[in-house]
Amino acid sequence: MKQKLFKQSVIPGFGVTLGFTLAYLGLIVLIPLSAVVWKTTDLTLAQFWATVSEPRVVASLKLSFGAALLAAGVNAFFGLILAWSLVRYSFPGKKIVDTLVDLPFALPTAVAGIALTAIYAKNGWLGQYLEPLGIKVAFTPIGIMIALIFIGLPFVVRTVQPVLEDLDKEIEEAAASLGANRAQAVFKVVLPIILPALLTGFALAFARAVGEYGSVIFIAGNLPMVSEIAPLMIITKLEQYDYSGATSIAVVMLFFSFILLLLVNTLQAWAAKRTGREL
Amino acid sequence: MNSNKIRTFLRTSVAGLLIAAAPLVSAQTSILNVSYDVARELYKDINPAFNASWQAKGNPAITINQSHGGSSKQVGAVIAGLEADVVTMNQVPDIQQLVKAGLVKPDWQKRLPNDAAPYTTTTVFVVRKGNPKGIKDWPDLTKAGTQVIIPNPKVTGNGRYSYLAAWGYAIKNYKSEDKAREFVKALFANVPVLDGGGRGATTTFTQRNMGDVLVTFENEAILLDKEVGGDQFDIVYPSLSIDAPAPVSVVDKVVDKRGTRKVATAYLEYLWSPEGQEIIAKHYLRPRNAAVMKKYAKTFPAVNTFTVEKLLGGWDKVMKEQFADGGVYDQIMVKR
Repeated sequence: MKQKLFKQSVIPGFGVTLGFTLAYLGLIVLIPLSAVVWKTTDLTLAQFWATVSEPRVVASLKLSFGAALLAAGVNAFFGLILAWSLVRYSFPGKKIVDTLVDLPFALPTAVAGIALTAIYAKNGWLGQYLEPLGIKVAFTPIGIMIALIFIGLPFVVRTVQPVLEDLDKEIEEAAASLGANRAQAVFKVVLPIILPALLTGFALAFARAVGEYGSVIFIAGNLPMVSEIAPLMIITKLEQYDYSGATSIAVVMLFFSFILLLLVNTLQAWAAKRTGREL
Repeated sequence: MNSNKIRTFLRTSVAGLLIAAAPLVSAQTSILNVSYDVARELYKDINPAFNASWQAKGNPAITINQSHGGSSKQVGAVIAGLEADVVTMNQVPDIQQLVKAGLVKPDWQKRLPNDAAPYTTTTVFVVRKGNPKGIKDWPDLTKAGTQVIIPNPKVTGNGRYSYLAAWGYAIKNYKSEDKAREFVKALFANVPVLDGGGRGATTTFTQRNMGDVLVTFENEAILLDKEVGGDQFDIVYPSLSIDAPAPVSVVDKVVDKRGTRKVATAYLEYLWSPEGQEIIAKHYLRPRNAAVMKKYAKTFPAVNTFTVEKLLGGWDKVMKEQFADGGVYDQIMVKR
């Protein structure tokens, strides 16, 4: 018997929707991205390598990816706690807190950057107390982290929250009745179920952070080798009318982002499979 | 009204509108001025004044649209097809880029007075009231323990001129490129923040209270002293600074296509008129007109400046040697 490439679905319209999906993705995502790659081909391989292996560019790529990963990690942890308390407990003003989570989505990033800088500068509300302790936030890589945590938070909360809401209390009760203590119920039962959603939130927060420009640029300080983010290096090249240099850095960022997101997606599929929630 | 009447009414009114609009379309009643970021306020004042003088000469009213943004982004947009009738920039290389793209004729600097720059400014220091660090001249900026705020020379015209002003000072006084390199290196080692815009650097200095001295354009310095400062700052003029002219040009390709060369040229020439020069001076930019300059002598103290063309061998050389990737600026910044 001939094996079929696709599993036959009972829902009609597969061909049409797949066609639409591919056309839409092509138009919105692939064509602009291939233009980026295309522009880079103005350079020879040696020129490309010279551009992206320049110490300043390498330092900025390390900073952007390192800070974005760390910020996404921090967001995954605290975002989970936030989502948990929003779903599991009821308290006065819960609706307001729930709405506050979305604010970083809505705020223009430049406004966020200016506000954060004003707060963390040495004469700001928080900066004036941190500076005497030897903690400099504004105009350092720590400031970059803070900005990235700020903009990434809603992604984790909003992906984890619905899964937690769907999670039946009975599952935990069953775990308890089978002799699991509270910690076991959380780590062995609840966490594995929400892990795929948490990973999605992590991936989204990371992806947003790695390309972030507007909010970071005000708080970063932008010193070469210290606090220059990769998107700033791209802008710098554009300011010099070096379009292919700019797209070279973009291509490298795209490549690493794609690899990392692919990794997260694989991990997520594995986690989903493990809990029997195969997609 | 029944539906037939409505239809007739619509038809006549559309036809009427078309007839009314027809002469407007053919005469091109609008021009677009693509300009750099902080010139927004200046041209907001220039445009109505020009319109009045244009109409006084018996011409129909003209709509002048403005577009402002980072200068190289603006030039990029014009190259990509934004139909700018005139470009008003703050650096020669920006317009040279349009020459390379074939949009502006190579002789653009010869077509208007003063190498096509209706006004100029220069790089100065802003220090905190009473000048507690005693900053008088460029060498004071290289001393250990002095914090200097400068906009990023890689991405802003303001920062580029500031860097070149320091470089030119060193070349003139030490007569050696190696010494000049040491000089700008020591200066930039004192820079804690490189803002992505001239206004951003001003904010860092005034609102965030960072740094002992802000190096910026004179017009920005006077503006912040007069309107933001509340008597918190002093302006210091170094012994030698850079002449920073703001060049303008019509975009030949566009005006020829749209038939707007006459009005676009008149618009630019108006910048040299006594009224135009007066408006320029009111925005703290140094006018070319001697009479206007004299009237505002209190605003603009005499200052000793050099030009990129005469002292540093021109913009092409400077861009290649100083600011290109791996140039002097990159070298001093990577090995701080």
